[in-house]
Amino acid sequence: MPGTESKLGEMRALILVGGYGTRLRPLTLSRPKPLVEFANKPMLLHQMEALVVAGVTQIVLAVSYRAEQMEQELREEAKKLGVSLVFSHETEPLGTAGPLALAKDILGESNEPFFVLNSDIICEFPFKDLAAFHRNHGKEGTIVVTKVEEPSKYGVVVYGEQGRIQSFIEKPQEFVSNKINAGMYILSPSVLRRIELRPTSIEKEVFPDMAKEGQLYAMELQGFWMDVGQPRDFLTGMCLYLTSLRQNNPTALHSGPGIVGNVLVDPTAKIGEGCRIGPNVTVGPGVVIEDGVCVKRSTILRGATVRSHSWLDGCIIGWNSVVGQWVRMENTTVLGEDVIVKDEIYINGGQVLPHKSIAASVPEPQIIM
Amino acid sequence: MYFFFLRTPISGRTQIVLHTMLKAVILIGGPLKGTRFRPLSLDIPKPLFPVAGLPLIQHHIEACANVPNLKEILILGYYPASELSQFIADMVQEYKGLIIRYLQEFTALGTAGGIYHFRDQIRCGNPEAFFVLNGDICADFPLVEMLNFHQERKDKLVVTIMATEATRQQSMHYGCIVQDRETFEVTHYVEKPSTFVSTLINCGIYICSVDIFQTFASVFNARHQEYYNESINNGSGKETAIIYLETDVLMPLAGTGRVFALQTNNWWSQLKTAGSAIYANRHYLELYRSRHKDRLAQGDVKTEEGKEKKCNIIGDVYIHPTASIHPTATLGPNVSIGAAAMIGPGVRIRESIVLSGATIADHSLVLHSVVGRGSSVGRWTRVEGTPCDPNPNKPFAKMENPPLFNSDGRLNPSITILGCSVTVPSEVILLNSIVLPYKELTRSFKNEIIL
Repeated sequence: MPGTESKLGEMRALILVGGYGTRLRPLTLSRPKPLVEFANKPMLLHQMEALVVAGVTQIVLAVSYRAEQMEQELREEAKKLGVSLVFSHETEPLGTAGPLALAKDILGESNEPFFVLNSDIICEFPFKDLAAFHRNHGKEGTIVVTKVEEPSKYGVVVYGEQGRIQSFIEKPQEFVSNKINAGMYILSPSVLRRIELRPTSIEKEVFPDMAKEGQLYAMELQGFWMDVGQPRDFLTGMCLYLTSLRQNNPTALHSGPGIVGNVLVDPTAKIGEGCRIGPNVTVGPGVVIEDGVCVKRSTILRGATVRSHSWLDGCIIGWNSVVGQWVRMENTTVLGEDVIVKDEIYINGGQVLPHKSIAASVPEPQIIM
Repeated sequence: MYFFFLRTPISGRTQIVLHTMLKAVILIGGPLKGTRFRPLSLDIPKPLFPVAGLPLIQHHIEACANVPNLKEILILGYYPASELSQFIADMVQEYKGLIIRYLQEFTALGTAGGIYHFRDQIRCGNPEAFFVLNGDICADFPLVEMLNFHQERKDKLVVTIMATEATRQQSMHYGCIVQDRETFEVTHYVEKPSTFVSTLINCGIYICSVDIFQTFASVFNARHQEYYNESINNGSGKETAIIYLETDVLMPLAGTGRVFALQTNNWWSQLKTAGSAIYANRHYLELYRSRHKDRLAQGDVKTEEGKEKKCNIIGDVYIHPTASIHPTATLGPNVSIGAAAMIGPGVRIRESIVLSGATIADHSLVLHSVVGRGSSVGRWTRVEGTPCDPNPNKPFAKMENPPLFNSDGRLNPSITILGCSVTVPSEVILLNSIVLPYKELTRSFKNEIIL
């Protein structure tokens, strides 16, 4: 394991990768969730790059499943970024706090606080600001909170003027606050004393105690936020990300005939004539889009082909899949890896497992195995 | 031409008797009939609905035109004459040598009442016999065969019925014929029985001798007797004139040795719903392959410069000469495109009828549908219906005509129909839906009737 020695002043991070990624099936039947490409880059890489920019030199990945594939693919990337990667392997699911105890030796090695984040989160990662905010108040922990429209679906965070957290309320029946835990924290190593090596929920068991002692603060997140752990949110997150890209790095977006709104296209992809691509589309490497195709609000993963005259809205097309001619797909249809959709088929909200060939229309949402 | 030599005992001389001539009567009913064909029949009389590029009853007329010695076709119905005048004029032009006329019944007179009412017109010129064809059937009409059969028995009979086989279940929706296996005489006839009688059903194609008018007259007179004898009557007098061929004539004649049936295995179907129009379209197009190859579209067209691509054609397709089709469109199998229709680039049409003046814009898909006159479909739109074809696993199965709604009150999946001048926007899906004329849609619809 490279780089287990710590240097003074260099930070660490723990990313909770967790388990099977069942909510993002059928994509996660072929690849582990952190490696599924979001806006043409593996999810995990978005987070790793942001952490490195904030001065992190060692990242611990808390995984419970399929670590070998991830290790192989990420080793190259980690080397490029100059960060060391450590896999902390749970033999039983340890919840949201247990993995910290498992990685105690590494995380507790220095006196520097460490970041913890949920691997499904996409946003304009505020790690530098978070570190500064945390040092400023000098207490044990800081949670990033974000505003959402429907807070009762989540755990709501109640905090005062300076950011000091008073309480957590899970899925409140009546409106208390619209700020929720954004799945990113920075914790001082002393927090590790509070966590036992067993399945533990950090929100339910650790944070409430810290809050009672006045040791927990909240920092409000600026910009967009999304948990992209399921297909519908994956696409929403993609739209938010592309909007943010338009503001921060507009040259990364594609333009040209037939391109509408925010569209990300890998340079190796080919787009035919008479198409209408966008708004809010990402086209992966090696993708072929034939003539007369209309794609909206969709992600097309590596190596897929969309044949002529088809119409896609709100879809995720899995790696190396082939969508036939005059096909219509909508309503968060997800094709797994290597799926073939025959000509003239209609799929409405279908979730298609890998290597499947679809020869009959699916007019109502359905899972096709 | 048929020539028979008859030795008459009168003068010992041989007389040559030419068959005088034959006529045909096509019964087309009126606007009150054919409500199951709505919304297509809201815009155009059902008898004129184009199937395989020709108005429905033109197929009847064409079959009659191929019968030697058939001189006149009388079309009987109670549509206002103005609605048919253009069609009649066109038919007279097309089938020179035939007299074709429309006779308008003053009111609905039933399947035999009209024939009786216009008996003088029919008997005029002394036809030897006349065909009677129901206007709402589609078939590979075996009229010459029928004529020969009728001739062989002409001294005995008064009417020959064309019959075909159906499944046990389905037979009860039709007129059922019980036939003597050797003489082919009809021994029993029941119209739409509630219990099973026979799998042999009435096709709605008949040949009648002029003697049949005597039978009609006795029915009519008996009706009048009843009317004047009854102490209660509604005073309108209307009902006495309504005579039904099936129940008032054929039923009583069955078993008297004067009605015969000839069974055919040719394709035959009724045209009751839009779904059956799609089915008939397919079969008539198939018949063109052997009879009227020039009516089927070819993908490449010869021009002065050499071959030019018209569009991609798969299977049997009819395209009206004035329609304009983009070369990248793919049509067929079993598609009919009407006059001045416009089919845009990359369009795919299959198992459908597109009526005149309709427009289908780029990359759209039309499947198992009827696109009404002057309708327009936007780009990247999917118009799709569900066929209700007869069960291919059952021999002699006929088209099911299921009710519009199932027992849960939900619309049964069927052909998608756009009435006339309907506008469908781009990028939507219209699935198993029926849109009434002049409607402008703004979103997708599935399994709905859009008023």
